[in-house]
Amino acid sequence: MQTKMQNGIDIEKDGKNRLKIVISGNILHQNIETPLGVLQTLSEADIKEVYFTANGLKDWDSSLVLWVYDTQKLCREKKVECNLKSLPQNLQDLIALAFAVDRKPSRSDGAPLSAVENIGKTALDLKQKITNALEFISAVFSGIGRCLSFSSIMRKTDFFAALEDCGPKAIGIVCLISFLIGLILAFVGAVQLQTFGAQIYVASLVTIGMCRIMGAIMVGVIMSGRTGSSYAATIGTMQVNEELDALQTMGLSRIDFLVLPRLFALLIALPILTMIADFLGMLGGAFVGVFLMDIPHQEYWKYAFNSFHLNNFLVGVFHSFCFAFIISLCGCYSGLKCGKNADSVGKATTQAVVSAIVWMIVVTGIITVICQELGI
Amino acid sequence: MSKEIAIEAKNLTVGYGDYVLLKNADYQVNKGDIFIIMGGSGCGKSSMLRVLTGLIQPLKGTVIINGTDIMKAPENEVQKIREKTGILYQGGALFSSMTLAENIMLPLQQYSDYSPATMRELAHLKLALVGLKGFDDFYPSEISGGMKKRAGLARALALDPDIVYFDEPSAGLDPISSRNLDDLIVELNRSLGTTIVVVTHELSSIFAIGNNSIFLDAQSKSILAHGNPHELLKNPPNEEVYKFLTRGGEK
Ligand SMILES: Nc1ncnc2c1ncn2[C@@H]1O[C@H](COP(=O)(O)OP(=O)(O)OP(=O)(O)O)[C@@H](O)[C@H]1O
Ligand SMILES: [Mg+2]
Repeated sequence: MQTKMQNGIDIEKDGKNRLKIVISGNILHQNIETPLGVLQTLSEADIKEVYFTANGLKDWDSSLVLWVYDTQKLCREKKVECNLKSLPQNLQDLIALAFAVDRKPSRSDGAPLSAVENIGKTALDLKQKITNALEFISAVFSGIGRCLSFSSIMRKTDFFAALEDCGPKAIGIVCLISFLIGLILAFVGAVQLQTFGAQIYVASLVTIGMCRIMGAIMVGVIMSGRTGSSYAATIGTMQVNEELDALQTMGLSRIDFLVLPRLFALLIALPILTMIADFLGMLGGAFVGVFLMDIPHQEYWKYAFNSFHLNNFLVGVFHSFCFAFIISLCGCYSGLKCGKNADSVGKATTQAVVSAIVWMIVVTGIITVICQELGI
Repeated sequence: MSKEIAIEAKNLTVGYGDYVLLKNADYQVNKGDIFIIMGGSGCGKSSMLRVLTGLIQPLKGTVIINGTDIMKAPENEVQKIREKTGILYQGGALFSSMTLAENIMLPLQQYSDYSPATMRELAHLKLALVGLKGFDDFYPSEISGGMKKRAGLARALALDPDIVYFDEPSAGLDPISSRNLDDLIVELNRSLGTTIVVVTHELSSIFAIGNNSIFLDAQSKSILAHGNPHELLKNPPNEEVYKFLTRGGEK
């Protein structure tokens, strides 16, 4: 009996109890399947020994090693002797290496959890996550307390560096985006208002929209993508470089040293950026109103200022304070919780942005409801 | 003559969660020793160091440093131990937003009352001690890996510590730099009497600097040998230690 396996590998029965595997030619880059032929013969006939001959073997690579390895594994399972002696010595060595177990992984993965156990585990994990986050927030507030009592180790230079990064350097993008948002608001509003001949109210729409909420939200989104992510990446990389370990073993508070300067910088920068965004949004609206809808510009600004209410403006600024907290805490927290490899820095960055945006929307919802109740 | 004990590990079990690396380890480090923690890759040497330096909690047991039980002592006493401890991390762990001098001045600012000018001078001196004279105003990104390690050492030495820990000081260094670092360690130990704990598997370092050691084993999760590396080589207590100290048995 002879089975043609692949190019270069033939299986023949030799006598009653022996199986001969002849390997010849070049065996390179071959998709050699599991030794099905061998398996079949082994289960059909009463084979006691499998042996190889490789006299005609020229070039070979890992694909042959894999095939021989699989065959030998199969033989071991079936308790059949497998004789590799006439294979090239280096091939035999490689196979021996592959079978030599240095040490079993001592971490047991354990049995897969059942559905109920999974729910339990998820709940416990969630509880742990919430506790961690709350602990972090309380640590930040006690850090703020230390700062107010001048016993914090926060470095002024870190604060100014952070402030420069999230203040002056962010103005350009904030101006551009908020101008465009004002423009878009005006356009969308104009189409509707024009049908009633009330296009002059575009001025009110843009002013109220930008000042009350859109300015703060747009700045929040921009800054969480720009600054929150960079906080997470910076602190995460410090984790990878063992800088956080060094801080801890030097007894320096991570909160004071890393979180506070960034938090304070954003608390100052974000409201200012929001005011700038409000103004540029109004400019964008005016651009549409005056140049495209031919509203006289005195008229436009008159309506704009009439609908500018201090309350709306302050609500917007209040939003931006909350967003500053959210962005910096989400960014720093993700960074501090980061693992010690490049992959987790990437994840931390993503998590920082996503969680910041989600929390900003949630908080906006809460503030909106409260304002509604209070009639602001 | 019984020496004073700097570090004492008592019934120490090290691991992560239910993954135990080392069970019930007991050993002592005498004051003024250069103490080597050796063992195969992945046996938990770095983890042991993280327990000694308080970065992770042991699963069981405790560590007593200069007479203070770090598991039981109040925070301010642990803080005092920290001030008197220097650590050199594998990659130096310098703060990348600060110059080398600022890195070294950071612990000084935190724990001493020196004037800013004195701190600058001290930072300059420490840098000179590790062979980095004139690099005060360089940022960590502007110097090589070996220099980072030496700068890290300068920072570890900032507060004249009693104990300095090294995690694989020679990893990633060329033979000469690694030899220089070894010399520096010995010099430090001799001139200042600093107790030194080194995690390494570099045989040449082990024999050149170590005067006491433990050998950790992953299989049995225990300390397989404890003593002077030269003695251990002469009278190996078991096969594993002999193989390790002779590179798998070669003469
Ligand atoms: N944070 C962690 N969580 C879970 N397991 C960990 C963690 N850190 C390390 N380990 C595991 O602990 C074991 C020992 O790690 P450790 O870094 O202490 O080894 P090591 O002796 O220093 O090895 P090497 O000589 O290669 O540096 C490894 O098998 C690793 O998988
Ligand atoms: Mg290690």
